[in-house]
Amino acid sequence: MARQARQWRVGAAGIAVLGLTLTACGGAKVGDSSSEAGGSGGSGKCGTFNLAVNPWVGYEANAAVIAYVAEQDLGCKVTKKDLKEEIAWQGFGTGEVDAVVENWGHDDLKKKYITGQKTAVDAGPTGNEGLIGWYVPPWLAKAHPDILDWNNLDKYAAEFKTSESGGKGQLLDGDPSFVTNDEALVKNLQLDFKVVYAGSETALIQAFRKAEKDKEWVIGYFYEPQWFMSEVPLEKVKLPEYKDGCDADAEKVACDYPVYKLDKIVSAKFAKSGSPAYDLVKNFSWTNDDQNVVAKYIAVDKMTPEAAAKKWVEANRDKVDAWIK
Amino acid sequence: MTVTVEKAEKPEQTQVVEQDAPVRSGRGVSRSMVVGAILLVWLVLFAVLRGRQTLSLAAADLTDLHRWFNDVNDSIGANRDSNPLFLYFFNEIRLVIDSLVTFVQELISQPSADRPVPQIGWLGVVGIAGYVSWAMGNWRVALLAVAGFTFLGLQGLWQESMDTLALTVSAVFVALLFAIPLGVWAGLSDRFNRIATPFLDFMQTMPTFVYLAPLTLFFLIGPASATIATLIYAAPPAMRITAHAIRSVPKTTVEAADSLGATRRQSLTKVLLPMSKQTVVMGVNQTIMAALAMVTIAALIDAPGLGKTVIQALQSLDVGTAFNAGLAIVVMAIVLDRVTTAASGREEAARRSKNRFPAWRRPLLGVGAAVTAVLIYLSHTYVWGAEFPGEGGVGSAISSGADTVTTWAQDNLSGVTNAFRDALTNGLLNPFQTLLTDSPWWLVGAALIALGVVLGGWRAGITTAVCVALLVGTGVWSDSMTTLASTVVATVLVMLLGIVFGVWMGRSALVDRLLRPSLDAAQVMPPFVYLVPFLALFGATRFTAIVAAVVYAAPVAMKIIADGVRNVPATTVEAATSAGCNTWQIITKVQLPMARGALTLATNQGLIYVLSMVVVGGLVGAGALGYDVVAGFSQGQLYGKGLAAGLAIVLLGVMFDRITQAAARRTGA
Amino acid sequence: MTTQTEVPQRRGTPQDSGSTPVISVRRLWKVFGPKADQVPDSDELCGLTRRELMDRTGCTAAVRDVHFDVSPGEVFVVMGLSGSGKSTLVRCLTRLIEPTAGEIVFEGEDIRQADAKRLRDLRRRKFSMVFQHFGLLPHRRVVDNVSFGLEIRGMGRSERTRRAQEVVELVGLAGYENSFPDQLSGGMQQRVGLARALAGDPDVLFFDEPFSALDPLIRRDMQNEVIRLHHEVGKTMVFITHDLSEALKLGDRILIMRDGKMVQCGTGDELVGAPADDYVREFVKDVPRGDVLTLRWIMRPPADGDELDGPELGPDVVVKEATRAVLAADKPVKVVDNGKLLGIVGDEEILAVVAGHEGGA
Repeated sequence: MARQARQWRVGAAGIAVLGLTLTACGGAKVGDSSSEAGGSGGSGKCGTFNLAVNPWVGYEANAAVIAYVAEQDLGCKVTKKDLKEEIAWQGFGTGEVDAVVENWGHDDLKKKYITGQKTAVDAGPTGNEGLIGWYVPPWLAKAHPDILDWNNLDKYAAEFKTSESGGKGQLLDGDPSFVTNDEALVKNLQLDFKVVYAGSETALIQAFRKAEKDKEWVIGYFYEPQWFMSEVPLEKVKLPEYKDGCDADAEKVACDYPVYKLDKIVSAKFAKSGSPAYDLVKNFSWTNDDQNVVAKYIAVDKMTPEAAAKKWVEANRDKVDAWIK
Repeated sequence: MTVTVEKAEKPEQTQVVEQDAPVRSGRGVSRSMVVGAILLVWLVLFAVLRGRQTLSLAAADLTDLHRWFNDVNDSIGANRDSNPLFLYFFNEIRLVIDSLVTFVQELISQPSADRPVPQIGWLGVVGIAGYVSWAMGNWRVALLAVAGFTFLGLQGLWQESMDTLALTVSAVFVALLFAIPLGVWAGLSDRFNRIATPFLDFMQTMPTFVYLAPLTLFFLIGPASATIATLIYAAPPAMRITAHAIRSVPKTTVEAADSLGATRRQSLTKVLLPMSKQTVVMGVNQTIMAALAMVTIAALIDAPGLGKTVIQALQSLDVGTAFNAGLAIVVMAIVLDRVTTAASGREEAARRSKNRFPAWRRPLLGVGAAVTAVLIYLSHTYVWGAEFPGEGGVGSAISSGADTVTTWAQDNLSGVTNAFRDALTNGLLNPFQTLLTDSPWWLVGAALIALGVVLGGWRAGITTAVCVALLVGTGVWSDSMTTLASTVVATVLVMLLGIVFGVWMGRSALVDRLLRPSLDAAQVMPPFVYLVPFLALFGATRFTAIVAAVVYAAPVAMKIIADGVRNVPATTVEAATSAGCNTWQIITKVQLPMARGALTLATNQGLIYVLSMVVVGGLVGAGALGYDVVAGFSQGQLYGKGLAAGLAIVLLGVMFDRITQAAARRTGA
Repeated sequence: MTTQTEVPQRRGTPQDSGSTPVISVRRLWKVFGPKADQVPDSDELCGLTRRELMDRTGCTAAVRDVHFDVSPGEVFVVMGLSGSGKSTLVRCLTRLIEPTAGEIVFEGEDIRQADAKRLRDLRRRKFSMVFQHFGLLPHRRVVDNVSFGLEIRGMGRSERTRRAQEVVELVGLAGYENSFPDQLSGGMQQRVGLARALAGDPDVLFFDEPFSALDPLIRRDMQNEVIRLHHEVGKTMVFITHDLSEALKLGDRILIMRDGKMVQCGTGDELVGAPADDYVREFVKDVPRGDVLTLRWIMRPPADGDELDGPELGPDVVVKEATRAVLAADKPVKVVDNGKLLGIVGDEEILAVVAGHEGGA
């Protein structure tokens, strides 16, 4: 008996749901053109544009703006691919990546893929200048202004000691994505420091953020443009000036890092395709301040990359028009 | 004993030869004395020879082996378009897997064909989840599945979750396609089992970062690479557990089938497979868990889903968002875990409830299927059933909650935590690391081999010797020793926690029930999520890496020890109680000694889990092998070194595994 | 070592001395370990004790030079303590364990020469086995367990279910067909094992300590069950046990093994009446002799002065059954076989056995 009652109840529930279906026709149907606009149709000319997105916010800002313009103005179908640098470059050869839109030097990759395999070509600078060097939190620069000259670093070495640095001052290094000369620098400048590898950008940022807040002594490898600079404006320590070729021998480096002209790399195939997206990438150029604004929208204001790009593009229509004229 | 200490100048093996006989006879005292003697000899020689022949290698330096790895990698990249192996083998595999994943994605997560939404919307997926859980498990897990999946939507992560689910389902499917047949084979054939085991060890301990980049060369960027990266890590548990299940079928039953004249095939299909089904489902469960653990790493090669959310949030140190996504992974893991566990127990339950159960089950299943079909239809047709309604307000609440907690902890706890960190680093880690890295390599090697022989016997000693030789060959000896030091310290902490909580859980079912969900969560929550607060608390240090490893590895140790303690026969405990033991005596004199097997297993698993966190440790200041692997993943010219470091991690893992397992067999015997 | 006493069978089994044995085992060896097959061929190694062999070669000889015949319809018991090799022996007979050397002739065919297919066929049609730990399939119902062997043969579902049902009733499990094994008690599970063995209607049943995992009362029931089945279906049975009383209760003949070797093979009264050595003597010490010994074992030759006109009894009458008659008679009882006077039994002989202090000679 009980079992039949139960069966009946379930059956009733099923019918109720069915009824709901019939009465719930107020809901919009999938595929109704009114509900889902789905981009602006677009001219078939551009086609699909495969844009690599390397994992840092500055890059994401570049990619967001380029993707936004490519979709809205050129009618491309943009496929963003989240990839680390080396893998993105590999993608040029396999045809899965069309463009990398913020490249920091990477002479090794250029040699391998541009001159070696000839799968990639240079598409000019982004207009951003990349600085790499040793930075200290602002409170430290204010309290001890002389620390911004490398000659005085040894004076403070003891203050920088940590559990990791084996009795010397700690030079916190290490976003592993990028080449560092710091071990050689410490040795050749005869500093009483030890390079400690933080291992990730996250670790570096967290260390600087905490150092500024708690007035701790931290000196470390960092770079700009970087969204974090708008939260904590780190101060760069002056190292012996960079001269052409002073970093030729990695063992003997004793000078600052060069200023990197950040550039864009595209696949050889894409460059020849005649796609308007290629022209966009080629013409794309903006300032560090521009990038910092968009990066701040994304990282600090937590906007989606699309929204951040939209906001910036609407405010800077003239710059955008110059890229796509 | 003193004599051997005094004359120590040759490697320790000779000394061990003399000591081995009394050790064999199985008295624990003499064995621990031998271990003590080895350590003493080591210390004395360390004092004399400190800093010589340490084989250290600077961060940017490479050996010939590393350069050779680079060349191989480059030549693969250069030739992939012309090589027939690629054209006709890897490409075919890629196409098959790609279309499988795309199919699942279009079903539940990605816009398909001309539709802006997937074929089945949230309502349909929730319906299917509930129905399948109920049909394969019971109504309780069905409720959990419905609640869990709805929660994913409320978090505002519906599409990301479905992407993750699609990838996980595909990877698990492909993994099982191979793992179960191979597992059956390994269960039937000792020889195949022996051949397969090192490969499985390799697949499980080789850091994913090492093969992520080459995988994209072989299978391109896309679903296939992500699936294969996931299944490399996720398939071994299913294979091992299947083999174990086949081996655990009672011998008499197989014999009975033989005695009735069953062919090999008949005894496989009618006896071995049905009888090991329940255990195999547990293997499937483990594979699902392992696949979910790969979600964040696969995101580095453009695998869509929750992993991407975590990684992106991490770029701007957005702990709240990362935690929200991490929580979604945990929820999904718990749902899938409970459903598969219930599925494995269902037949048992059905049998218990005798015959009345199936009678009304069948029509009910039919009704359920009909309701599910309606839900699927609705979600296919109407927008409200296709796209999860709402803005994910729960998700924002979770994010800001997590942010608040993190900020509070960072502001208020860092004094305490720093003191703790410094005490442990200076008191334990630094001296131990110095001993390992500043001793001549041959001294450390000899000591390791000697310990291997004493604890694990000759076979383990030989394995250790081979591993030590290969470690020297990788060219990252010094980094290996640094990592070894942190690993051992982390394992000690894991075991301390494991024993305290394991005994507590083993003795109290209530505690067990309360703690278990958090342990599950700690195991599946992507480490990336809690790295940021840990960094704030402990800075970029080896200690942070150790803490992260402990968080990941301790739950396993706790569970194993809890089971071990619980399995001590009640009569033994009763006998001890009646002899007047107090609680402390029962724990130390009865329960822990009798759970010795579990303790050794916990040590073994704890070590392996700690080793699997070496790379994550490299991201937060552990340096050494972990950093080598990460840097190798990021910088082309360091690729070879990263690969060598990955191999070194595998070698450390194999060495520990063989020693602890052999030691377990000896103490168990 | 082995003593095969030339004494006719005690019970009226259908075994005529002229009939060919069902199973005939000759020089059977099973050696575990490296280069095991060298052992049986080497006279030197054969002579060693088990322990010496282990030290010399690393081999364990589980079964050493065993030979016996089993007649049709006979219940043949192999008895020994654990480690005596009896379980290995029974597995060698159907080659569940591959013997190292020797001959096993079944109905005129050397089983050791059978190829895999023939062997499978023999197992499907001719032999079946009941195991100590039952070896049931937990995921199948009783009736499906019983029909398992038939299923393996390829018999159709309805036919094998019908046959299984018959056997289930035969072993007294009617009403439990649809239960799962783990819902049954140990004794009932073993009935399932028994039914499974009977279902294929084999010529020979092998029992490997089938009842040693059961409670004493249930064990007795099961032993009676086997005796009943033996009467009903009349199968040849080879029965392994470590329990002497079980052996004496069930066995027409008993083979005692120790360390892989045969110690003695004979009927129960032979073992009790004429133990081959101290080992067997120690074994049978506590057996109630009156229950086992027959008059043949206690009669004495008629001496002068014996009155030879008392009642007559056959030589195979068990002492216990003869006690009343002998004590009631005022003259010694004559033991007569086929009209021939074999000896006489008086009150003293009977009392010596019943009181239990007759020397073991």
